[in-house]
Amino acid sequence: MPNLSAQATPQEVGLVRRLTNAGATTFAVAAAILVLVPLLAIFAYLVIKGIGSINWAFLTQTPKPPGEVGGGMANAIVGTGIILAVASLIGVPLGIGSGIYLAEYGRNRFGDLVRFTADVLNGVPSIVIGIAAYSLVVVPQKHFSAFSGGVALGIMMIPTVARATEEMLLMVPNVVREAAYGLGIPKWRTTLSVSLRTASAGVITGCMLAFARVAGETAPLLFTAFGNQFWNLKLNQPTAALSLQVFTYAISPYDDWHKQAWAGALILIVLIVGAVAAVRITTSRGMLKGGS
Amino acid sequence: MGVGIEVRGLNAWYGKNLSLNSIDMTVAANHVTAVIGPSGCGKSTFVRCLNRMHETIPEARAEGSVKVGEMDVYGSGSDPVEVRRRIGMVFQKPNPFPTMSIYGNVAAGLKLNGFRNRKQMDELVERSLKLAALWDEVKDVLHKKSGASLSGGQQQRLCIARSLAVEPEVLLMDEPASALDPISTSKIEELIFQLKQHYTVVIVTHNMQQAARVAEFTAFFLMGSLIEYDKTEKIFTTPADKRTEDYITGRFG
Repeated sequence: MPNLSAQATPQEVGLVRRLTNAGATTFAVAAAILVLVPLLAIFAYLVIKGIGSINWAFLTQTPKPPGEVGGGMANAIVGTGIILAVASLIGVPLGIGSGIYLAEYGRNRFGDLVRFTADVLNGVPSIVIGIAAYSLVVVPQKHFSAFSGGVALGIMMIPTVARATEEMLLMVPNVVREAAYGLGIPKWRTTLSVSLRTASAGVITGCMLAFARVAGETAPLLFTAFGNQFWNLKLNQPTAALSLQVFTYAISPYDDWHKQAWAGALILIVLIVGAVAAVRITTSRGMLKGGS
Repeated sequence: MGVGIEVRGLNAWYGKNLSLNSIDMTVAANHVTAVIGPSGCGKSTFVRCLNRMHETIPEARAEGSVKVGEMDVYGSGSDPVEVRRRIGMVFQKPNPFPTMSIYGNVAAGLKLNGFRNRKQMDELVERSLKLAALWDEVKDVLHKKSGASLSGGQQQRLCIARSLAVEPEVLLMDEPASALDPISTSKIEELIFQLKQHYTVVIVTHNMQQAARVAEFTAFFLMGSLIEYDKTEKIFTTPADKRTEDYITGRFG
């Protein structure tokens, strides 16, 4: 039997080490709770303030004129949906496309330039993006529209999606690409069907982050989608959006509108969480058990 | 059926570093040829030049003539993608596609090259998995389990099956058993022995016993040059070159 006395057995672990361990664990748990507190507090406050005003009429009717009680935000809920659909149709393909370029082809000066531009674009205040969409789409068209709102939000999604796609593709081990090349699979096919597929979980997370971030944006919609008190399903007409409606109602002098603003904010959060959860569930359904 | 390989005046570079120095070598069809030598001697680079995988590394390039059967690998009209389809490769570390099922892994080379016949694909997948001696272990979970969920030895046999499914003429193996335990290693070695009926196999190995067990011919590389190339028996019993003798008797490397 070799002499093992030099090695510490579990019982012999020193007091200092146990205290350090307990301290580090406590700190990590406390930090995790601190992260959750603001989120839960905001959500709880929204529920308390807003749930009372949510009823069938709120979900199915358009706003009533000031002074009249009742009415709802149905047009704004649908408007937000339309604007976000347009934004995603612009932001997700362009973002993923440029992310692919950066990761697979962009190890050069031009790639660095694109990367730098994306990071700067990420930091541009959202109202400035709104002005850009205003001068690019609204001014030539001569009227506000759901489409211009979608363009503004879509532009905001691009850098987030692009950088997330790039990071995730770079995490795909090179041996996986080599395996595909070794089978005589062309590079473009390898990138789309092997690398991107391997990175898909992370890319989807990036898209959802970008989506959730722009879903609540108000400033870029002020002079693009503009808002609308009535139903509109046309892309080239001014459209209501939940965030705009909440903003308008919150700064109004009417008590009933204040209540509706709370309800609108609650609906917005629930819709974002619902959309993210739905995407997660559908995309994880096809995934295989086991493995990394 | 396998085909022979003729290498003439092959040079390879990483950036400005010459890592293969005018290699001439003829590999016999339907035999197993082992490539041995100390780390950094260029043996991996050599096999990666045979199917033009070498040039996928940034700044790496190769020059010279490689003929695989009738195919001129470095000819002016040669397409590296086509070359790699006909010369399969198995890598040192098992590298199954992590998000694909076992079936998906084996069928990947066919599917992603536009092969659509479902029935024929099923047959090819089954045949390849049987050839790789993996069929019995995975036949019930083909679509249910990910390739990455298998054990290391099974993953490597899956990678071999994946290479075989595209029906190559030559199979290159770059230290295919160096990351595996002894039992998995012996399974892979048995498999290599079976494979030479259908394919020409070139195997890079660190392990001289392995070369002696599986290969009819052995090439000894040192510092980017081919030092000696002969029947395995001759290399391991009466090598002609002093450096070969020093290496196989463990005096260096």
